[in-house]
Amino acid sequence: MLLHRVLKSDLRRMWQQSVAISFLLACGIATFIMSTSAMRSLGVSRDRYYRDYRFSEVFAALTRAPQSLATRLASIPGIEQLQTRIVRSVLLDIPSMIEPASCRLVSIENDPAQGLNRICLRKGRFPDAHSRNEVIASEPFADAHRIQPGDDLIVNMDGRKEKLIIVGIGISPEFVYTVQPGLLLADDRRFGILWMPRHSMEAAFNMEGAFNNLTATLYPNASIADVLYHVDRSLKPYGGAGAYTRRDQESDCRLSDEMHQMQSMAYVTPFIFLSVSTFLFNIVLTRMIHQQKEQIASLRSFGFTRYELAFHYFKFLVFLVACGSSVGWLAGWRLSIWMTDTYSIFFRFPIVVHAFAFREAMVASLIGFLAATVGGLGALRQVVRLEPAVAMRPEPPQTLGSDWLDRAGLGKLLSPMGKMILRRVESNAMATTLSILGIAMGVAVLVLGSFMEDTIAFVMDVQFGRSQRQDIMLTFNDPKSASGFYDATHLPGVTRVEPFRAVPVRIRHGTNQYRLTLMGLTERPELYRILDEEQKPITFPEGRGLTLTKKLCELLDVQRNDMVTIEILENDRKPETMQVSSVFSNYTAPAAFLNQADLHRLMQESDRLSGVFMSVDSKEVDLLYEAVKETPAIAGVLDNNAARKSFKDLIQANTRIMRIVNSIFGVVIAIGVIYNAALIALAESSRDLATLRVIGFSRREVATVLVGEVAIITLLAIPIGLPVGYGFCYLATLAIDTETHRFPLVVSRHTFAYATLVILMAALASTLIVRRMLNQLDLVSVLKVKVS
Amino acid sequence: MERVFQVSGVSKVYRMGDVEVHALRGVDLELYRGEFVVVLGASGSGKSTLLNILGGLDTPTSGTVKFLDHDLTSADEDERTKFRRDHVGFVFQFYNLISGLTSLENVALVAEIAQHPLDPIQSLEIVGLGNRASHYPSQLSGGEQQRVAIARAIGKRPDVLLCDEPTGALDIKTGIVVLEAIARANSELGTLTVVITHNASIADMADRVVTMIDGQISKVEAKSCKRLPRELVW
Ligand SMILES: Nc1ncnc2c1ncn2[C@@H]1O[C@H](COP(=O)(O)OP(=O)(O)OP(=O)(O)O)[C@@H](O)[C@H]1O
Ligand SMILES: [Mg+2]
Repeated sequence: MLLHRVLKSDLRRMWQQSVAISFLLACGIATFIMSTSAMRSLGVSRDRYYRDYRFSEVFAALTRAPQSLATRLASIPGIEQLQTRIVRSVLLDIPSMIEPASCRLVSIENDPAQGLNRICLRKGRFPDAHSRNEVIASEPFADAHRIQPGDDLIVNMDGRKEKLIIVGIGISPEFVYTVQPGLLLADDRRFGILWMPRHSMEAAFNMEGAFNNLTATLYPNASIADVLYHVDRSLKPYGGAGAYTRRDQESDCRLSDEMHQMQSMAYVTPFIFLSVSTFLFNIVLTRMIHQQKEQIASLRSFGFTRYELAFHYFKFLVFLVACGSSVGWLAGWRLSIWMTDTYSIFFRFPIVVHAFAFREAMVASLIGFLAATVGGLGALRQVVRLEPAVAMRPEPPQTLGSDWLDRAGLGKLLSPMGKMILRRVESNAMATTLSILGIAMGVAVLVLGSFMEDTIAFVMDVQFGRSQRQDIMLTFNDPKSASGFYDATHLPGVTRVEPFRAVPVRIRHGTNQYRLTLMGLTERPELYRILDEEQKPITFPEGRGLTLTKKLCELLDVQRNDMVTIEILENDRKPETMQVSSVFSNYTAPAAFLNQADLHRLMQESDRLSGVFMSVDSKEVDLLYEAVKETPAIAGVLDNNAARKSFKDLIQANTRIMRIVNSIFGVVIAIGVIYNAALIALAESSRDLATLRVIGFSRREVATVLVGEVAIITLLAIPIGLPVGYGFCYLATLAIDTETHRFPLVVSRHTFAYATLVILMAALASTLIVRRMLNQLDLVSVLKVKVS
Repeated sequence: MERVFQVSGVSKVYRMGDVEVHALRGVDLELYRGEFVVVLGASGSGKSTLLNILGGLDTPTSGTVKFLDHDLTSADEDERTKFRRDHVGFVFQFYNLISGLTSLENVALVAEIAQHPLDPIQSLEIVGLGNRASHYPSQLSGGEQQRVAIARAIGKRPDVLLCDEPTGALDIKTGIVVLEAIARANSELGTLTVVITHNASIADMADRVVTMIDGQISKVEAKSCKRLPRELVW
């Protein structure tokens, strides 16, 4: 059949363009499939990890309770399995570190294959049942210190220094993230988990026949609220600090947040990519069909009907979409495996499941198909509607608007070649506009792909540069009296000390509640400052009431001046109501602040401190750490600079993959679009270019016509693309606004410059490729053809 | 008279798969300064192939082509471009004007790269289009477009003007005007002019007539009495 052969020769003739077009679509589909599949895979992997290693659902800490209480707790309706434990924070003395590291010691039962929150052993073995000092170290901590089974650690246990032998290295679903209490993010060098047989811990901490921590799993239909209520009631006499669920469990909370954020990013950015790539697919397709005008006209003059022709090009479309989809599916699947594996290594999931987001893949292809059909057939209708004779006549006289150049007296300045370029750009207004839009999209995607870094830098600056100006934060094992403050001022190198009181509370408003650490600060903190939107420090005058973050207010559904209930989890004070006196927005976790004296009143205690913030003379910081290591009362030390660095490292590791993918995609889009524009320009002006060659212009000179055109549309596209990119970033910040985190919209000049530079490089690369094709232009055959 | 081209034993073979097309088979020809040469021959006899080889657009499969002292057969692409740029003016059946440029700009285009160009306006005047300088090709008739093409070709004062069926797409009247423009360039600038045509009566304008059959020159005929274009009998 003739049309069939025409289809084949079309493809052969336009294979470069066809490849470029399908590639654009493939990219959009691939990133979409990659992210959605990877997110699904990670979700499934995590759930399997949690299930297979029996991650518990209810957690509670208390001061001390007899083991006999466990039986009563286990009989609470809804609880499936209950496990009591001993958990203690200790300071370590690691020779390679000046500052002390801290660890949480967690007791394990004799048979590690039983029980909850099982350890997945990565190296070595479980501790011997009768050993006194064998432990398993958490893998992130072990990796950070290059600890191997057989190494030992000096631990400051309640004032006694003891040597612990590490016999194994493991991970557990309970500590995917190991976050030191009071810290923003994990710092694997300074904080880790050590699992120790229960009998050793009982002996070391005088806890024979007692426990201070419990975890439990629930039956599927259990009422969580009831279970929490009963656990709290049973633990209250024993200093229970309030039972909580996974939602408030440090590791899971952060992991969920992280995954939620990734998930939003995984939908938003690829979705924007997909839209952009289908849009571009459409543009290029439209232009390509317009190029086919003459062929369509001559086919029609042979007697083919519009429907036959429409069907012919429809097949062409289907072929392109099918090519793009299959490449997109394959690449997306392959990339999703890579992404899942990378994140699984990052999260240290022992179980990795690869899932394919089939539904999303279908949706992506369908979007591509619909876009192609709508756009392609629209263009086709225009072309087919032309009478054959009209289409075959050379272009009617064009309105060549650039006579304004002459009128402005600038005409003389331009060489005929310059005019050729300008008039081509101008007279193909539609095509030029579409190319400009396409390249602008490429610019926008590049901006979107790299703005996260700016946002993070901004948050870091606010958080660590302007807000938290302390060098070091010390936390005490037990709340200290005012003498703790006095002791701290006398540590070596300390130039300024600011006390704080931190109390675990549950804030309620109506049916909403949120568990957090309420910070009691001095009236005008100088070191640990809280900044409002205008970056001005907030003050906490006595008797003013609570200061909450905006996110927390949204979570609790409260406004300024509303009353909330504060339930203290550290002792058995009655819940009290308090007014929300001010609200501000921050970029980190939800938080609540109160004047320190007010907090003491609430706690019915005299001056008690949870810790201090300190400024330290950098020359004497080593001495300070030496002193701290000898002080048993200190539970943790947080070096702000180190925290800043680890925060940055973590975020960077976290966003690395997305950044790489986004940049690659931006570059591919940019090249795809510019390459297409250049190809089309070459096709449309090949006759003129050949004529120039014939009358004696060199290849280089002739190439400037193409280069000039590409340069003009690229330069026009950049100022459009940058603001559009800013808009995309705004959409992205809306999307990654999670339950607990808010992201500011910050796009630096750096990012704009980067996007501009990449686009310019892409333009250069594309023109170089097209120039090579220009060199192969057949001069003689062009002269034989009549229609221009 | 100075010899401009010396063509000896030139063959051109196009290979397409198993099929070999011999477009030229051993052509020998000499062309001299100031001459007006008309090439006649049936379709497919190799006229355009010969002209393209003369103009440095194509290279022969075997044989040599010398332009003055230069051997065109051994020249590479860049040297041939330079040859075209400095010495050759082309006129084609389909004009090949740049549609985005006015008549004047089309002519000015070559003035840019030529060493001793004519003033573009003057070139247009030679072809009688001085008053159409600011018109775009799409605003001109076919004959006028062809005259702009001639103005463009002579604008660089070429040593040789090569015309491939310059009147092929035109009616008699317009054809004569175009031929007059070519003849004027030939006589006023003393340019070696080669015109390919299917129209035997144009041969009456020529100093010499070359007839080609099947890739070979069958006959070279010197004309004693040259006619002016308007005296031609079609
Ligand atoms: N690029 C090509 N590939 C293959 N064969 C070719 C090519 N160009 C020309 N030919 C063949 O070479 C022969 C001579 O062609 P040429 O164009 O020189 O003829 P011509 O005398 O100019 O004819 P016309 O008067 O129809 O223009 C023809 O048989 C033609 O088919
Ligand atoms: Mg010919």
